[in-house]
Amino acid sequence: PFVLQLDEISLWPLPQKFQSSAVAFKLSPGSFQIVHAKQSSAGPSCSILVNAFRRYFEYMFGDLKKHEKSRKKVYDSDLAELQVWITSFCSLCVDELSVDEPSAVLKAANVWGALRGLETFSQLVYRDDYGANNINKTDISDFPRFAHRGILLDSSRHFLPLKVILANLEAMAMNKFNVFHWHIVDDPSFPYMSRTFPDLSQKGAYHPFTHVYTPSDVKMVIEFARMRGIRVIPEFDTPGHTQSWGNGQLNLLTPCYSGSSPSGTFGPVNPILNSSYDFMTQFFKEISTVFPDAYIHLGGDEVDFSCWKSNPDIKKFMVQQGFGTDYSKLESFYIQRLLDIVAATKKGYMVWQEVFDNGVKLKDDTVVEVWIGNKMEEELQNVTGAGFTTILSAPWYLDYISYGQDWQRYYKVEPLNFPGTDAQKKLVIGGEACLWGEYVDATNLTPRLWPRASAVAERLWSDKSVTDVGNAYKRLVQHRCRMVKRGIPAEPLFVGHCRQEYMGL
Amino acid sequence: MSRSGSHSHRVRWWCLIVAVVAVWVQQVEGVWPLPQQLHQSADRDCLSPQRFSFTYGRDSAAQTGCSVLDAAFKRYFSIIFPDFTTLSENVLQYMWSEPQPFVVSVSVKTRGCDGYPDEDSDESYTLSVSEGQAVLRSVSVWGALRGLESLSQLVYQDDYGTYFINKTEIVDFPRFAFRGLLLDTSRHYLPLYAILKTLDAMAYSKLNVFHWHIVDDPSFPYQSRTFPDLSNKGAFHPFTHIYTQSDVIRVIEHARMRGIRVVPEFDSPGHTQSWGKGQPGLLTPCYKGSVPSGSFGPVDPTVDTTYKFMASLLKEVKFVFPDSYVHLGGDEVSFACWQSNPNVRKFMEKMGFGKDFTKLESFYMESIMNMTAALNKTSIVWQDVFDYHERPRSKYVVEVWKQGCYLCKMRRVTKAGLKVILAAPFYLDLPIPTHSWARYYNVRPLAFRGTDEQKKLVIGGEVAMWGEYVDATNLSPRLWPRACAAAERLWSNEEKTLNADLAFPRLKEFRCELLRRGIQAEPLFVGHCRHEYDGL
Repeated sequence: PFVLQLDEISLWPLPQKFQSSAVAFKLSPGSFQIVHAKQSSAGPSCSILVNAFRRYFEYMFGDLKKHEKSRKKVYDSDLAELQVWITSFCSLCVDELSVDEPSAVLKAANVWGALRGLETFSQLVYRDDYGANNINKTDISDFPRFAHRGILLDSSRHFLPLKVILANLEAMAMNKFNVFHWHIVDDPSFPYMSRTFPDLSQKGAYHPFTHVYTPSDVKMVIEFARMRGIRVIPEFDTPGHTQSWGNGQLNLLTPCYSGSSPSGTFGPVNPILNSSYDFMTQFFKEISTVFPDAYIHLGGDEVDFSCWKSNPDIKKFMVQQGFGTDYSKLESFYIQRLLDIVAATKKGYMVWQEVFDNGVKLKDDTVVEVWIGNKMEEELQNVTGAGFTTILSAPWYLDYISYGQDWQRYYKVEPLNFPGTDAQKKLVIGGEACLWGEYVDATNLTPRLWPRASAVAERLWSDKSVTDVGNAYKRLVQHRCRMVKRGIPAEPLFVGHCRQEYMGL
Repeated sequence: MSRSGSHSHRVRWWCLIVAVVAVWVQQVEGVWPLPQQLHQSADRDCLSPQRFSFTYGRDSAAQTGCSVLDAAFKRYFSIIFPDFTTLSENVLQYMWSEPQPFVVSVSVKTRGCDGYPDEDSDESYTLSVSEGQAVLRSVSVWGALRGLESLSQLVYQDDYGTYFINKTEIVDFPRFAFRGLLLDTSRHYLPLYAILKTLDAMAYSKLNVFHWHIVDDPSFPYQSRTFPDLSNKGAFHPFTHIYTQSDVIRVIEHARMRGIRVVPEFDSPGHTQSWGKGQPGLLTPCYKGSVPSGSFGPVDPTVDTTYKFMASLLKEVKFVFPDSYVHLGGDEVSFACWQSNPNVRKFMEKMGFGKDFTKLESFYMESIMNMTAALNKTSIVWQDVFDYHERPRSKYVVEVWKQGCYLCKMRRVTKAGLKVILAAPFYLDLPIPTHSWARYYNVRPLAFRGTDEQKKLVIGGEVAMWGEYVDATNLSPRLWPRACAAAERLWSNEEKTLNADLAFPRLKEFRCELLRRGIQAEPLFVGHCRHEYDGL
């Protein structure tokens, strides 16, 4: 037993219930093991756990020069193993982690909970001044405050090499994020390689071979994420933000007019042609099989009406439909049909808030993403008041940068701080930190995202009462050093140092 | 579009095979920073890595064995042909015709291969690219380095991967002699590789002074041979977070090979908290009422031991850092602690300074500037020193850093007959979206009212990357390509580079080139590079 060194332990995000005593145990890399508990419903055939055991063993002991092989004797104060116990049919989603002699037990209802618990366990292990690994006697029971804890990356404005996406999935797991919102295509480029419509990337990507995600790349991202308990929700944003789609799919976009003749430029998806909907039907049929998640993000934001307004066929259609000059009705018309198409694939959908604002009839299980900072509380109130689930990203646009410690601003956000009933509050299922790609690519993505997104991670995981910025700073400084040690170039919060500085490049 | 036909008679036979296939002529976006005179024609020559060579001109003062240029030839060969692999003789046999040789002949007037670049170094050069050869002439090896950099930027690849260079004439020289970049290794420790990588990128942008803000309040990573306790007790960690003597030598040599001066800064009397840990008695004890509070302020300017210590330290600095400049800091001195200390107040009285602590600071700075002068070094100080004492008793170089009307300050400093370096508008640690790079580009360092003599005293400018929020994880993308904007402002002719919109395509191209060379330069806006950054 040793005296607890509190500053060595820096759990992030902070668990719901945490009790620790000054009693410390040693972990010997030579003999310590992570094992399946006897009673566990998971065994060696559970690839997610087996991989995670190896990963976390590496995180904890990977930098040690040589593991003592000869040392078989286990001392009294040694922690010999961590038992991972999947209770499976247990209805509670609370993970329990208790470290006590002679072993530690991690109990979780399912593998996803076990992954979170393994992360926590690895964060409990600290090194004393002699380089020995210690862990204190600890009891934790933990669960996330919000179910949807997402990161949005934009691979259209700049192409993001696979390596960067995978590294950020790793960093997400370290912060207990569980949704990768992949804003995969947009105006500037279409890097998603479609089996059904190969011309989309062939003609719409920055480069048809080097700047694309092949089916096997996508599969790899999904599998890498799954191993870490992260869902991958792809976004195929329409009818706006689709310039790059037009390159490989003729007649999909609306021809804009200058006076009475086509100007040669194109606007949003053409909502008056059946061919547009035929295309979407086939396209989303593919998407629904490629991406296993139950949700697809359909975008629907920032539709510019000027091109539609210029086009005589559209104007005629408006009159036929009795829309008058209200082009948001035309947008709704399009979205309505698109939603029906996607609903037929048995997927749920997420949309940006405009879709809701424009009064489109939405399925009950639609998730509305609130992104406009102005009047955010009012929007949350309205969306939940109408009975829809919602996620919040408005306060967490991390592509905006400023001098100093802006993580505090993200940390101080309280997502449920809007007027509404308890039932309404329950409809807020989480939030997302968004890193849009105008000024971001592989060169600066990771340090721009971490540890600023970690602030969002704690807000979405930990209890509402965890708001002490001073305490958070101390833990976050250590947490960022831990990320650096694990190979993630997370930028510094302020003046200072890490025991192991970033050695990349 | 159809140019390849019209000039194909100029292209030699083996190129022709490629040239007729290429439908349009790709032209290089240009050279960054823009040369003083650049004339390019559409005529081009293709280059074969197998038959490309560097050679010393017959009339060159430097010949094989010149360390700086031998190393530069090696370096630039792989920069020009990054994916070069030796073709086996077999393959050569099957080529339609033997590739023609292309020879870069380099001639310098003076040798100086083993020296260090300094404030008087002549960096001018001329470069003439014609069929089968390029002739690079310069006065010094440093000028030859700048010319090689320009040459490397002239070479481009078409869609089929063939290397080309257009017929080009360049006459070039820097507008300012001092084109600096400041790194702060005290607020965060920067591993050696991060510094060396930055020096590489500086050379690509023709920046030529590495201002090493090596120590400050938070840590003292410089391992002094005279006072080892300074880093033993003042560094973040006495072994892992320090620069050993051999590290420093390596930085200086890496910089020298690229024609870059290393100017160290030992900032005092303020910004010295970390010094106090390893040198007891150096800092002023602050008082609370009539008793010491336990905290310390700036260097104590009232005791002899301080000046003895500074004299030894500066002597070591002279020995370790070959550059004729040394930066002595002198900025942001807080007078509160001095004011609280009864001994300092007594000293003030004795010296007749009254209650004016700026006089005390001036007294201290004058003393250590005299020490550096005695060591044959030129002192650079932050503008505060000048602000306190506008009628300088000795010559020093002033670095203007305060925001606000920095041009007013430039006018005043030069009016007093002192040389000046402009850093104020180039504080790159303030993160702004990259697209506002034009903010740095649009700086006009000489746009103040003053005589020609005054303007001549503006020896250059410097980009500053302070370390509060910067370490190895985010240094490179925060520096590049924004620092490139300042680099062009300091090298090129202002009249020819007034328009940031015109510069944009060139800068975009240059940032992609930086990526290809392994420099983590962030994007300017939506778009892509042929070779994206492949690291993390």
